[in-house]
Amino acid sequence: MGLGREYDVAVVGGGLLGSSLAWGLGRLGQRVVVLDEGDIAKRASRANFALVWVQTKGLGLPEYTSWTLRASETWEQLAATLETETGLDVCFRRPGGFHLALGDREMELRRDVLARLHNQPGAADYRTELLDHAGVRKMMPEIGPEVAGGSYCPYDGHVNSLRVFRALHTAFGHQGVDYRPDHAVTAISGNNGAFHLTTRHGEIVAGKVVLAAGNANAMLAPMVGLSAPMEPNRGQIVVTERAAPFLHFPMTTLRQSDEGTVMIGDSKEDEIDDRAHHMPIDVMMANRAVRMFPKLAALNVVRAWSGIRVMTRDGFPIYDQSESHPGAFVVCCHSGVTLAPNHAFDIAPMIASGVLDEAVVGAFSARRFARPSGERAA
Amino acid sequence: MFRRIASANAEMVMIEVDGVPVTARRGESVAAALLASGLSIARETPVGGVPRTPYCMMGVCFDCLVTIDGIGSRQGCLVSVEDGMRVSIQKGRRALA
Amino acid sequence: MSAAPEIEHVDILVIGAGPAGLAAAASTASAGLTTLLVDENASPGGQIYRRITRSPFVDAAILGDDYWEGRPLVADFEASGAAFCGETQVWSLDATRRVGMSHKGRSRFVQAERVIIATGAQERPFPIPGWTLPGVMSVGAAQTVLKASALVPDGRLVIAGQGPLIWLYAAQHLRAGGTIEAILDTTPRANYLAALPLLPQFIGSRYALKGARLMREVARKTRIVRHVDALRAEGEDRVSAIRYRVGKKESRIETDILLLHQGVIPHVNLAMAAGVAHRWDERQACFAPVLDPFGQSAIDGIAIAGDGAGIGGAEAAAERGRLAAWAAIKALRPQVEDKVPPVEEILKALAGAEKGRAFLDRLFLPRKQFRVPVEDDTIVCRCEEVTAGAIRQAIKIGAAGPNQLKAYLRCGMGPCQGRLCGLTVTELIAAERAISQDETGYYRLRMPVKPITLGELAAIEPDARAVSAVVRE
Ligand SMILES: Cc1cc2nc3c(=O)[nH]c(=O)nc-3n(C[C@H](O)[C@H](O)[C@H](O)COP(=O)(O)OP(=O)(O)OC[C@H]3O[C@@H](n4cnc5c(N)ncnc54)[C@H](O)[C@@H]3O)c2cc1C
Ligand code: FES
Repeated sequence: MGLGREYDVAVVGGGLLGSSLAWGLGRLGQRVVVLDEGDIAKRASRANFALVWVQTKGLGLPEYTSWTLRASETWEQLAATLETETGLDVCFRRPGGFHLALGDREMELRRDVLARLHNQPGAADYRTELLDHAGVRKMMPEIGPEVAGGSYCPYDGHVNSLRVFRALHTAFGHQGVDYRPDHAVTAISGNNGAFHLTTRHGEIVAGKVVLAAGNANAMLAPMVGLSAPMEPNRGQIVVTERAAPFLHFPMTTLRQSDEGTVMIGDSKEDEIDDRAHHMPIDVMMANRAVRMFPKLAALNVVRAWSGIRVMTRDGFPIYDQSESHPGAFVVCCHSGVTLAPNHAFDIAPMIASGVLDEAVVGAFSARRFARPSGERAA
Repeated sequence: MFRRIASANAEMVMIEVDGVPVTARRGESVAAALLASGLSIARETPVGGVPRTPYCMMGVCFDCLVTIDGIGSRQGCLVSVEDGMRVSIQKGRRALA
Repeated sequence: MSAAPEIEHVDILVIGAGPAGLAAAASTASAGLTTLLVDENASPGGQIYRRITRSPFVDAAILGDDYWEGRPLVADFEASGAAFCGETQVWSLDATRRVGMSHKGRSRFVQAERVIIATGAQERPFPIPGWTLPGVMSVGAAQTVLKASALVPDGRLVIAGQGPLIWLYAAQHLRAGGTIEAILDTTPRANYLAALPLLPQFIGSRYALKGARLMREVARKTRIVRHVDALRAEGEDRVSAIRYRVGKKESRIETDILLLHQGVIPHVNLAMAAGVAHRWDERQACFAPVLDPFGQSAIDGIAIAGDGAGIGGAEAAAERGRLAAWAAIKALRPQVEDKVPPVEEILKALAGAEKGRAFLDRLFLPRKQFRVPVEDDTIVCRCEEVTAGAIRQAIKIGAAGPNQLKAYLRCGMGPCQGRLCGLTVTELIAAERAISQDETGYYRLRMPVKPITLGELAAIEPDARAVSAVVRE
């Protein structure tokens, strides 16, 4: 190693984001290496809630709504391709999804968010409707009396995200993508056609480099003349034993997986230690879940965990290419499950060609952070 | 699967297993009472639907999960029998009542 | 939502009412510290003295003297003024020593100055093909129903594995009028040689004579097959036979019940989830907590005593319980320190109880192939039904450790929370990747360490931090 360029592309980070990109690149015949951390890592890809989610995405950046819609429309294709390649069914389902409001005040807040989204200039139509209690109950007879109503979007869905992760890594084997755990990248040097990446197992050389290391992108990006301002936060999730199917629709804070487990989540704290776990948050989440669906009270919680969300400073994705170091790219976003098809089918070909397509992802350049705030929304 | 030997504890209680009356000894665990009941007590797993019976009897393996008085997935090896208790064997994923 | 949380305060909370917990609680309560002892079982005694206070046995001789030796321990505890709560599962413990516990479907919280974890041991996983079949149980399980309910296996019985418990149980079973088709002893020939240098100190220990006597008692009435190096349980809906191999010779015995056992390991879940560091113990081939000589972990006020701190047996467990109690008393009530037995005395008794342990550890170190399944169809994770073959495949695609493996296969994600697959998974990955068990690591465990219903969780009063983290305004 170190003698010459062994790889066309080195992807730094082997979570869902890096893996979707590497898989997309592998399909194009690129020689790819994925460099990842070891077993104990902040890996949102194994801590996430597995929603493919459209409603309310894009408040403040209408391009994000369209980008998300595009992903929702191509997920089926990604799932089918993965199944053909690996035999693994990732269980993508798009029955539409709900956000439920407990009490009138939450209902008002929801109404307000939807109105603001709708009034944004250039907003794509994502057909979200607001339903009152009776309207929700028609579709989900199990709801409790405290549910004041909710919003429903037909583009929302969910997937078995852990199986997506496994399918991508399984497919690497067929494509010749070289996945290397325990290869955390600590330094990057070189430029234009020969990037040198330092790991504890030696140096890797590649023609291009893609930073997909989640929140660690903030630290890595400046090494290749890029920037990725991050503001991570922590979420907790509790999950129950497997039950017979009873929840048809996924919700922002509650869903039943194809395996039968019920996942409850969506707490948010400005903390970045994923070893800590604040049990009263589980209590609060359980409390809301049982008020939404009283039947859930009988299910056993078998696990709970904390995960650190990959979050840019304004919450929107960053797709950028380096001017000073051509061939270096940075990619980060919170919704790596939702956007996986875009990363595999859109971003990967752009990287293979060497340039990001301004027309498609120009709005997501990190240059937006350099502009005075407020300009973007105008 | 098991049989009883002479015991100093003669105090019996009656429980019901899937509607069938079963005698148990006061103070013993539900899983022990099931093992001695002579009934077929295997539950079916929620994953592959395969049969299982208690393995560890000390709260570790969760192969003794049963529904007791309407509450599902309880560890039968850690719950003491009580007169009139209704036990049902779980087959596959639990349906929510 | 429910009423305001009633947080009860105690000086000492002891979790687990085996010899370690009983001795610890008796000592701290006698020194005047308010002490609460909880256990998920209905009555105190732990694994070894299971149900000793309400034993169903008419004939005391069946269980043997060792069992009844637990009586003074319980008597001391009962006289000490410590409180006991049975059928109580501790499901949460954090670094501030706030402890969540569930009793008959309701949870409460206890704030303790000091926590002594005495949750003891569990049997080492014994993953052979067919070990999930109905009719296959652990030897510990059979002994538990014997002690607690006076039950013996009905029909033909085969016992396979190794370790002192096999001989003790076999003797108890025979005394209770049972019969055994065969004992398939898996102790490797090489272990006898390797343990030989440690024999002199073992000879002088109390285990030596008793052990030899037990083995003789069993051997007189039972067929014993030694040096068994492969096992496979067969059957459709339940076990019907066990196939085994000695060297090149394969044989098969029909059976109705198969009991398996290959030693015990610390039950690590609660301590690990509380954040106590664990390290691989080469001698006992398991993870054990990192503790100071008095059983204190690096987390302030949390100590571990008994087999959970490393396997030492019942007598050592009681002494380690006293040691942890001594440290607690010294910290909270230094003025009464002279009223409790001097620490030198406890340390001396502990050394005596640990005598001969090294020999037993070496002699009964299980064969590699019974710790790391050779055959790919062997189920490793019983809850999620994940086989050794699937795990090997997942290691090939990039599972560097147990946590990535979990993500790929759901291995360890079921209700037992890895208790019966964690060790196997670590050893399997370590073997495949040719790295150490320490480097491989273990599942990252979290609360709740025991399942509780959403309804029970929902009934607890949350705090302000929780509200602001969950409710979006
Ligand atoms: C199945 C089995 C059978 C054994 N039989 C014998 C024998 O016959 N003779 C012999 O010399 N040695 C035997 N041993 C070894 C012996 O039990 C130990 O050396 C000794 O009991 C250790 O004492 P302890 O106090 O550390 O743990 P234990 O006796 O194991 O006590 C721990 C207690 O903690 C409780 N507990 C665990 N988790 C929780 C929780 N979250 N909340 C509340 N309570 C909890 C358990 O129910 C248990 O009662 C056996 C071990 C096992 C596992
Ligand atoms: S039999 Fe293993 S947990 Fe009950």
